[in-house]
Amino acid sequence: MATYQLKVNGQSKQVNVDPSTPLLWVLREELKMTGTKYGCGISACGACTVHLDGVATRSCVVPVELVGNRAIVTIEGVSADPIGRAVQDAWVDKDVVQCGYCQSGQIMSAVALLKATHKPTDTDIEESMGGNLCRCATYVRIREAIKSASQQLK
Amino acid sequence: MLSNSRCFIRIVLIALVSTVAWIVLTASAIDLRDQKPTVQSNRADGLAAWQKVYTVLTSPRCINCHTATNYPQQGDDRHRHFANVIRGPEGWGVPGLNCMSCHQERNADSTGVPGGANWHLAPLSMQWQDTNDRPFSSAAVCRAVTDRAKNHGLDGPGLLKHHTEEPLVLWAWNPGRRPDGSARSLPPLTHAEFVAATGTWVGAGMPCPPGK
Repeated sequence: MATYQLKVNGQSKQVNVDPSTPLLWVLREELKMTGTKYGCGISACGACTVHLDGVATRSCVVPVELVGNRAIVTIEGVSADPIGRAVQDAWVDKDVVQCGYCQSGQIMSAVALLKATHKPTDTDIEESMGGNLCRCATYVRIREAIKSASQQLK
Repeated sequence: MLSNSRCFIRIVLIALVSTVAWIVLTASAIDLRDQKPTVQSNRADGLAAWQKVYTVLTSPRCINCHTATNYPQQGDDRHRHFANVIRGPEGWGVPGLNCMSCHQERNADSTGVPGGANWHLAPLSMQWQDTNDRPFSSAAVCRAVTDRAKNHGLDGPGLLKHHTEEPLVLWAWNPGRRPDGSARSLPPLTHAEFVAATGTWVGAGMPCPPGK
């Protein structure tokens, strides 16, 4: 066991866990932040996506010992960012969600895309969101919502 | 008496000059004999060393990220990287799915994800395989590696330094564990042997084998 001081959504959080514990389980089990979902556990589905210093990161495969001082942003904190807010609003406006399980990861990846490219093309969206799976197949509405959010950005 | 002495001295001088001349000519001949084989030997040694380097460059730990396609490969069978990972414009993936979305600064053996500083694909100019994932020939890889228009301007010492110090090169000899806990395979040479072979090849003027 080891003690780690994590920066989560702008707040400092201390956890005492095994160094090999994936960040996902630190968030969910230790910090009780259950918005980030466990999907596959091998970074194949994107449900566990959070941001580490702005980089969309699969938290299920990142041991907490490798997080370091990087700022962690989860679905619970992403609305503090104007782009995050715009994406969440677009998700509601376009009624994207069906079962909803993958959607926190979808939103985190969409925010990362729009932070890099305010006006993404269909190809940009398909490539950037290609690692986020949705068993309800909400892909068409996800693309509409990303485009809608992009129109809110200057 | 005097005449005999002069004759003796003359004979000694002639013998001395002849001996010196013979030694000089013989030495020259030896030099000439040695010089040509030495050059050939350097080139031969360089080509032999390159072949060793080539076996490393085309091993999965290296060539999996020197693809000609828009995706990296993984595994000893060099299959397409899973999870729809793509190259992206600069070889670092795309915003929602960056290389560093999973690959951290060092190996994550507990989750089986390899890692190293600035994990990314080699540029397309350094592709060492065709679009059907078949490794290029030794001659073609050698030409690419020595082409400073393709290799970020690296000369011989630069290539040697790259092979000696570059973190992602060094990673090949410390590739961590697979998700099932087994160790990833290593290149066919040790890193020391790889660096030594690169040094021999660079010292020989970086000769490339003939052919396509």
